[in-house]
Amino acid sequence: MHNKSVAELSAGLQKGEFSSEELTQAYLERIETLDKNLNSFITVTAEQALTAARNADQMRQAGKAGSLTGIPVAQKDIFCTEGVRTSCGSKMLDNFISPYNATVVERLNAAGMVMLGKTNMDEFAMGSSNENSYYGPVRNPWDQKAVPGGSSGGSAAAVAAQIAPLATGTDTGGSIRQPASLCGVTGLKPTYGRISRYGMIAFASSLDQAGPLARSAEDAAMVLNAMAGFDPHDSTSVDREVPDYTANLTESIEGLRIGLPAEFFAEGLDDGIANVIQAALKEYEKMGAKLVDISLPNSGLSVPTYYVVAPAECSSNLSRFDGVRFGYRCDDPLDLEDLYKRSRGEGFGAEVKRRIMIGTYALSAGYYDAYYLKAQQLRRLISDDFRQAFEQVDVIMGPTAPSVAFDIGEKSDDPVSMYLSDIYTIAVNLAGLPGMSIPAGFVDNRPVGLQVIGNYFTESRLLNVAHQYQLATNWHRQVPPGYE
Amino acid sequence: MSLDADEVDKIAHLARLAIDDKDVPEYATNLSNILELVEQMSAVDTTGVEPMAHPLELAQRLREDEVSESNQREHFQECAPKVERGLYLVPKVIE
Amino acid sequence: MQWEVVIGLEIHAQLATTSKIFSGASTAYGAEPNTQACAVDLGLPGVLPVLNKDVVRMAASFGLAIGANVSRRSVFARKNYFYPDLPKGYQISQFELPIVEQGSLDIELEDGTTKTIGVTRAHLEEDAGKSLHEDFHGMTGVDLNRAGTPLLEIVSEPDMRSAKEAVAYMKKIHSLVTYLGICDGNMQEGSFRCDANVSVRPQGQQEYGTRAELKNINSFRFVERAINIEIERQIDVLEGGGEVVQETRLYDADKNETRSMRSKEEANDYRYFPDPDLLPVELTEEFLQQVRESLPELPQQKKARFIDEYGLKADDAEVLTATRAQADYFEELVAACTDTRLAANWVVGTLAGMLNKESLDITDSKVGAAQLGGLLKRIIDNTISGKIAKEVFEAMWQGEGSADDIIDARGLKQITDSGAIEKIIDDIIAANPEQVEQFRAGKEKVLGFFVGQVMKASGGKANPGQVNQLLRQKLAS
Repeated sequence: MHNKSVAELSAGLQKGEFSSEELTQAYLERIETLDKNLNSFITVTAEQALTAARNADQMRQAGKAGSLTGIPVAQKDIFCTEGVRTSCGSKMLDNFISPYNATVVERLNAAGMVMLGKTNMDEFAMGSSNENSYYGPVRNPWDQKAVPGGSSGGSAAAVAAQIAPLATGTDTGGSIRQPASLCGVTGLKPTYGRISRYGMIAFASSLDQAGPLARSAEDAAMVLNAMAGFDPHDSTSVDREVPDYTANLTESIEGLRIGLPAEFFAEGLDDGIANVIQAALKEYEKMGAKLVDISLPNSGLSVPTYYVVAPAECSSNLSRFDGVRFGYRCDDPLDLEDLYKRSRGEGFGAEVKRRIMIGTYALSAGYYDAYYLKAQQLRRLISDDFRQAFEQVDVIMGPTAPSVAFDIGEKSDDPVSMYLSDIYTIAVNLAGLPGMSIPAGFVDNRPVGLQVIGNYFTESRLLNVAHQYQLATNWHRQVPPGYE
Repeated sequence: MSLDADEVDKIAHLARLAIDDKDVPEYATNLSNILELVEQMSAVDTTGVEPMAHPLELAQRLREDEVSESNQREHFQECAPKVERGLYLVPKVIE
Repeated sequence: MQWEVVIGLEIHAQLATTSKIFSGASTAYGAEPNTQACAVDLGLPGVLPVLNKDVVRMAASFGLAIGANVSRRSVFARKNYFYPDLPKGYQISQFELPIVEQGSLDIELEDGTTKTIGVTRAHLEEDAGKSLHEDFHGMTGVDLNRAGTPLLEIVSEPDMRSAKEAVAYMKKIHSLVTYLGICDGNMQEGSFRCDANVSVRPQGQQEYGTRAELKNINSFRFVERAINIEIERQIDVLEGGGEVVQETRLYDADKNETRSMRSKEEANDYRYFPDPDLLPVELTEEFLQQVRESLPELPQQKKARFIDEYGLKADDAEVLTATRAQADYFEELVAACTDTRLAANWVVGTLAGMLNKESLDITDSKVGAAQLGGLLKRIIDNTISGKIAKEVFEAMWQGEGSADDIIDARGLKQITDSGAIEKIIDDIIAANPEQVEQFRAGKEKVLGFFVGQVMKASGGKANPGQVNQLLRQKLAS
């Protein structure tokens, strides 16, 4: 069953070939045997999953099933789940049983989906390798030595290993697309405001956006239908109609104008990856698309800009973790200041502390203009580059990451080199645009992702463009050895 | 921009983070490297550019003034480290 | 040396909404600890703020009422600091782009002149919770019910030159926000609080002296005392050759002194930046027009109308319009009895005296406007005299019933039957021949003696005008 697409699973449930309980049981067994090594889950909610599956089966019998009813899903451990530990990959929240559900969780529950558990991640979504998790690194199913990417590394690895048919992720600077690329799965970061952020533990509020990780664009489209939509609890949620994202998948892309930013193919890009991307572009040309050279002149500054904006917001967002109302509290605080400093000092890992300190510094008196304000100005320039580009092209393509999955431990001592893993993904978050990563080949037996970037609220178009490629190629159907 | 140990201490205090003395030099190095990366920003002249705080050029939505939440104190305090008689307890605050 | 005092006030007015500024939790006062702190107020991981529409409307109405610039675009910012009553580790406030800028209002000084006080800005923010220090085995208990209650912080220019001016300004703002119905003005419950920035400088010096900020003063009386005591302290320091330190000081009402809040001395670096969870607040012309049209009559306008419409003296009109509740009481009273001057005299006189004696607010008056109207009607139609009316009023205050009930029960109805009065007059004249002689010899003053005697004999119930007239007739004959 685990080799089937979500559409096939949905059809199987509908025809009564298997029940959701059987399907869920099958995935739980795969998790049990395969995840010991992968470490892609922080919490497996087997009992709740089986209860939810039985409820889904009853819904189906009552004739109330939708296309996702009874389909298992893994939730990134950044989404608050009532009654279930929501750790955000941190010691700080190791004991945090959320008293409420995130809107994304509510929506998927309402669709009848069955949560298998909570996936591993870089602590507070800060990282590109999943090595910054309190619960240990996740292994890449394609190569045990390699990282799965991050921060949604657990979700990407779980989908790649087929121990979950679908998973949710969040993307602040590439945290869905980069692990999707490194694990060979399909990941979509929608337009900022498309999916509610309520109950999704904030890293950088103006950049964070939830999205699906799946084995294909079609699967992603199905779950996006359930995730997307206006939420009155989120002021930054956009009140705009949600189309059926599966409706346009089969449309022809004849005449599609694909922009190729010079900056995405410049120095720093691995040759092997460049070749894979070129091959993918040829495939698109065969389908009738036109390649257009474009430039995003300020995109080179997206990493420095991001490393002011994101830490500034995170330094403030993470102040609520103070050992008073929830989460980790140090033993025997001497006084109030000691309570704060030790609870936070002991509860947060090194990368989180680094980013809090960078953000604190960037916002502090005397530095605000030089760092924060400057970064906001650059953000506008980076964003304007995309605006101009989309006057000439329909989508933009390039590599998702500058290299394939690197080895565990390879970059963990050097934050700056780690930050450069997101060099092609970050600008999209700064602008708030939708972006995807789809499997496009391999280098050294490690997957390579093709990034597709669209204009605001053109998720349907992106999914259509990705689906057409997946009709023509088989890269997305590759399964890591041992996980067939 | 390079940060020394004193500055790291000052920032850590402002952020209420206890940092072991032995780790301070490493933080100083890493933070300095990050700031060096960040300083590439100065390569572009941004005079007159309107700062962008948000990807969406939208206005704040307003909700009606209605009470929608009921008392869930016991539920919310299940995850609290230390409560007594409905209050969150912290070490004595000196005014 | 002659010292000049410079004072600026920061007033925090709690806005009278039913739900909080960014959440749907109730703002009702006095609930059990933490029963009105919802997920958003507690700052649970993942929660987000959504702005209350009425908060914006109320701030805009304040701005329009003080002739200020109401910003078409204002921005919420985060003020970052750690404190147990601040759940998120930041307060959502407004910093660079507040909703109200550059207004002013006039205060009346003791010498009868008016002075214009500038209002630099008024911005929206959320209130913090409360720390309770007693009886938790040496620990502090935190109640977050108040966290997220909407506040309008009204910041004045340093335009005031004495504690009295500061109090007059504070009272004026209090009157205005209660008039507008945007704040209940309850100072005991902390709905209206004030911080004062106080400095002194040698008379004639241009630059300001170093200021101290007096925190959280919660009564008009304390504001005056706290500022005066702080002025004295600063002058003492300066005259003793010392320097005033810029700091936050707390007024201790019991000891009548201000003292430094050492725990907050540490230089704050609030790291303000625009709150990324909230978008800019944009006000349309239509919205502002709606607010403008729904503005109630303001104190100055009401005072002018009272003078014009009811023929009141300026000082009576000023007193009557000082609070909206009092003005409303007066107008309800006028609707029940037509004599506006009589009504005004009663409200500012007898009623005010009684309320003051019992420390009651006019809204808690034991005699309502309609009831009092019933009493005044009986003065107007000569059923009772003004003097008897005071007796009736006291009985009404004690809850003995309506004016008419009391007049009947106590037999206080004025004697207007001239036959009965003549009978009394005849008796008095007969009993006092000596005084009759004096009057007839031209000693006019003796008339008063007779009036007094007649009133006394009638138990105060004779109509004094009638008594006067009949006495003159009888004595002349």
